[in-house]
Amino acid sequence: MSGAEAGGLSLLINSAYLVAAVLFIIGLKLLSSAATARRGNVYAASGMLVAVIATLLSHEIVSFTWIVVGLVLGAAIGAFLARTVEMTAMPQMVALLNGFGGAASALVAGDEYIRFAAGAISPSYDVQTTIMLSVLIGGLTFSGSMIAWAKLQEVMTGRPITYAGQKFVSAVVFGGAVVLAGWLVAVDSNLPWYVVLNALALIIGVMFVLPIGGADMPVVISLLNSFSGIAAGMTGFVLDNNVLIVSGALVGASGIILTQIMCKAMNRSLPNVLFSAFGSQVQATGGAGMDGKVVRSLTTDDAAVLLGYARSVIFVPGYGLAVSQAQHQVRELADLLEQRGVEVKYAIHPVAGRMPGHMNVLLAEANVPYPQLVEMDTINPEFERTDVAVVIGANDVVNPAARHDQGSPIYGMPILDADKAKTVIVLKRSMNPGFAGIENELFFNENTRMLFGDAKKSLTELVTELKKGV
Amino acid sequence: MGEALLMSLYVFVLAIFVGFEVIGKVPQMLHTPLMSGSNAISGITIVGALVVAGRVESTLSIVLGVLAIVLATINVVGGFLVTDRMLQMFRRRPEEQR
Repeated sequence: MSGAEAGGLSLLINSAYLVAAVLFIIGLKLLSSAATARRGNVYAASGMLVAVIATLLSHEIVSFTWIVVGLVLGAAIGAFLARTVEMTAMPQMVALLNGFGGAASALVAGDEYIRFAAGAISPSYDVQTTIMLSVLIGGLTFSGSMIAWAKLQEVMTGRPITYAGQKFVSAVVFGGAVVLAGWLVAVDSNLPWYVVLNALALIIGVMFVLPIGGADMPVVISLLNSFSGIAAGMTGFVLDNNVLIVSGALVGASGIILTQIMCKAMNRSLPNVLFSAFGSQVQATGGAGMDGKVVRSLTTDDAAVLLGYARSVIFVPGYGLAVSQAQHQVRELADLLEQRGVEVKYAIHPVAGRMPGHMNVLLAEANVPYPQLVEMDTINPEFERTDVAVVIGANDVVNPAARHDQGSPIYGMPILDADKAKTVIVLKRSMNPGFAGIENELFFNENTRMLFGDAKKSLTELVTELKKGV
Repeated sequence: MGEALLMSLYVFVLAIFVGFEVIGKVPQMLHTPLMSGSNAISGITIVGALVVAGRVESTLSIVLGVLAIVLATINVVGGFLVTDRMLQMFRRRPEEQR
């Protein structure tokens, strides 16, 4: 191949990469509305196809045998996972995919280092530095994601795993890895120590996620999402490939935004989520002033009457709803109410579910139309004008103590103002406290009625009652 | 720091700003598909993996390359497909049944 030909080909490939980058950005932009989101995803996927096809034209590629093996195997596994995963298991799925992306980036950068060690290329300090970053970030994204997956899948305990001197040990390992990476950049290639660096990156990922509790996984997954992007970006630096750099930056930014939103919704700082092992002990005592207050319960019949004659009802679903797989019963109840002319909405707290936006997906799966899914800030002013708020499987996110009780561990956390509705019906199995381990004032309010029992069973009974006609 | 790195940094930093602008407008309702979809985009590292496996330099690099392709392809194919599966469930009206 002549030089001009090679130059022309490289120009073609790089132009294709530009097209891919633009398609990624347009795709993400179309995600800003539920009406166009599906098209956006197709745009992004087309961008990926363009980038892959262009790369296959590269004259660096001399054999397609192994490429085909890898692509077929990967596509088969990916398609299988995507088709079979339960919507409740989406956080695990995303964790797994994050991890795979991070590992792939680290492996590509690793190959570049091995070529360097073999004397095939002699990279600049710049390239070597980005190789180290890619391996560190990609490696820890992989192992961290695997631990997050194991916690979410309940293969291992979701409780924080801590030991004495944990922070010190973690700091030493992390510091050691940084020093080793710096040394590897400074010296001639050293494959054995490079392998040690890979191992350290994996260990760091494990140490990073172990002390974080299962309920804080939304933050961890968002952060690992960001890391998987940054790892791809760093690999882009290594290969001097702009489409990797742009995509990595986009995903990195996306993960950071989601991480911030999650932290804000829990009213905790990122360091607090990552390093405080929140939820490792359940506080034994309830909040002050609960003594002597009474809980008012009601029967299914009463609840059906209340709902049937309401003008407006807001459902407040929590993760408990998804656990008991009662989304479909809620939707059935909502349908019946709508047929009677009741205005129905769903109030979605940002941390409802196990990852950002999770509850919306679970309700959409149950065929709830998306205009009924309302974000916290939009729905909060509406509770005052609402006849009945139905709290199902949500606890801390509707605890009014967050607004006024400065002694409460959840003070300052943004909550759904369900207590402001004329009547609040709380579906709950028992009086056990929520994740934060505190009593919920809401349950003792005068306008609150507890409907004890399994949520799915109670909802089914409500549907039966309403069908009978009240 | 070399010129090439600086140019790459340029692109990286500007793309981060684009990312903040574009993704800041995605409603909370769509944050799960956003994560799985953007996750699939980070599988772009597949283009690097293709070159590693395709240049057939040593057994080790083939092993690394194929492993990287498999992982990145799971990331890409799984990510885009599962995002599509989720997004098709979001309907404006309940009667638009599958």
